[in-house]
Amino acid sequence: MQRLFALTSSLSRRTRSSAAFSTSLLFDNTQKQFKESVAQFAEENIAPHAAEIDRSNYLPKDVNLWKLMGDFNLHGITAPEEYGGLGLGYIYHCIAMEEISRASGSVGLSYGAHSNLCINQLVRNGTPAQKQKYLPKLISGEHVGALAMSEPNAGSDVVSMKCKADRAKGGYILNGNKMWCTNGPVAETLVVYAKTDMTAHSKGITAFIIEKDMPGFSTAQKLDKLGMRGSDTCELVFENCFVPEKNVLGQEGKGVYVMMSGLDLERLVLAGGPLGIMQACLDVVLPYVKQREQFGRPIGEFQFIQGKIADMYTSLQSSRSYVYSVARDCDSGIINPKDCAGVILCAAERATQVALQAIQCLGGNGYVNEYPTGRFLRDAKLYEIGAGTSEIRRMIIGRELFKEQ
Amino acid sequence: MKILVAVKRVVDYAVKIRLKPDKSGVETSNVKMSMNPFCEIALEEALRIKESGRASEVVAVSVGQAQCTDTLRTGLAMGADRAIHVEYPGTLYPLSVAKIFKALVDAERPALLLLGKQAIDDDCNQTGQMIAGLLKWPQATFASKVVLDEGNKVATVDREVDGGLETLSLDLPAVITTDLRLNQPRYATLPNIMKAKSKVIKKLTPLDLNVEIRSDLEVVQVTEPPKRQAGVILSSVDQLIDRLKNESRVI
Repeated sequence: MQRLFALTSSLSRRTRSSAAFSTSLLFDNTQKQFKESVAQFAEENIAPHAAEIDRSNYLPKDVNLWKLMGDFNLHGITAPEEYGGLGLGYIYHCIAMEEISRASGSVGLSYGAHSNLCINQLVRNGTPAQKQKYLPKLISGEHVGALAMSEPNAGSDVVSMKCKADRAKGGYILNGNKMWCTNGPVAETLVVYAKTDMTAHSKGITAFIIEKDMPGFSTAQKLDKLGMRGSDTCELVFENCFVPEKNVLGQEGKGVYVMMSGLDLERLVLAGGPLGIMQACLDVVLPYVKQREQFGRPIGEFQFIQGKIADMYTSLQSSRSYVYSVARDCDSGIINPKDCAGVILCAAERATQVALQAIQCLGGNGYVNEYPTGRFLRDAKLYEIGAGTSEIRRMIIGRELFKEQ
Repeated sequence: MKILVAVKRVVDYAVKIRLKPDKSGVETSNVKMSMNPFCEIALEEALRIKESGRASEVVAVSVGQAQCTDTLRTGLAMGADRAIHVEYPGTLYPLSVAKIFKALVDAERPALLLLGKQAIDDDCNQTGQMIAGLLKWPQATFASKVVLDEGNKVATVDREVDGGLETLSLDLPAVITTDLRLNQPRYATLPNIMKAKSKVIKKLTPLDLNVEIRSDLEVVQVTEPPKRQAGVILSSVDQLIDRLKNESRVI
């Protein structure tokens, strides 16, 4: 175990891979500049906290990461400028997601839920009044956003949700539970789906904007998760929670369109998460296999290791190409559900494998929590489940391909 | 008041340097390049002076090959108003760069010229001083604090010197080179990166400025420092003196 100490101290310094992975065909100059800028910001402001966030299952108390990211204009990338956003497209949003996740998977996931699941849904479906009321504080980072559709008994089968919204004077009364809500414990603004008509199946779903202080709304225990620790997740509880008419997002009974179209873009942007994790794996593994010597040579000279890093590299680059080409299409208005599902299916499964290989390349050290590779694996695994499990994604893609025949 | 800031494109400070196989220099292809950290500090100081209302324009200048425009774009994204790229594909040494800057300063007439104290690739620490000499302008190097007076006529500069801090008073126009503790440079945020797209980068060549690039220096070889040898425990002071005198020949 002698080697561990020498390598720990050098690994705790900057060990970012110096290889500038060729992405010249994917980005124009401005996008490259943005990528470098966010990478630097994330490396200096988020990465130093990553290990402690994972260990403690909390975001840092001494620095407000939400506000910092807001100051860096990261939250409202796809939101209109009049609310403080940048009015840019999904390529930029995916770049931000990738670089933040590279620094910390947990912060990346929370960022994705806030900026895409909540903010972007409000942007796409909100009335001007709703946008004016909620977006500015969400975009500045003063407020945190969340979205809740899944329930304890409605995950993949989300349309079978049981959370009820009964018509009342001036609005609706919500009763029920939501599960696995990212940012739930800290969010001020939440997009929540509930059934206004329990008999109408998918056509009975309505989307609502919930405020943290609404009487009858509360959050239950913060979940103790395998990975993405620090990205606070919890159960939401609605007990006769009154929601005013003006907080309906979209139209009554049309919630499923808000949900399903949102899911396509959610999958695209979240696909940046596994890309960042794969990059982080390479950032750790490449310097390690140069420094670590066995049998008198750096282990990176042995073919088995070279095979592994080659696989890791090609997994990252191919996933990256897929994600950003689909992002480019979405920016042009061509949103194809099977490709949106495809990019996260591809990136997430590759990321888990890359993280496993990263642990393997580090050998015994990979198994020790002082090294980040274990966290990379635990964080990567989430992306095979959240935003639609890999199984659901496969079903969506296969079904579409079959229909198109 | 116009401020000119010199920025240099160098190998990123976090990169582990490798040599070219023919030992003619450091490997720069496929290596991450960035703005020299001291140049970032110089540009940040210029931007702060402008934001306090003391300067009307900040111009970023870089001398070198085509890709220097990347560095200039970063400078524009940080907030510089416009940029000048003096394009020259070959090797440049401080005196040539100083001559180019003298010609530029004669044309642009700024009241202040800011540079980083040295570049992290060659560590020359000469260019600022040489420009001041050629222009016959006052200079303050290793600045850790810069304060301008009411009328933008005098700059009071704290310099980090071996003995501590030295305070100089300079009449403008002047040359100031920046040291590490002067400020913390800002990030280029996305809105500013977007705004920078419409800012102008003017292209010039040394010929346009009537400067002939020639050098009295030639890099013969670049090698890595010798690998560190293991230490030795000696048994007496006499032995130490003998080793220092006869083996290392330092006394």
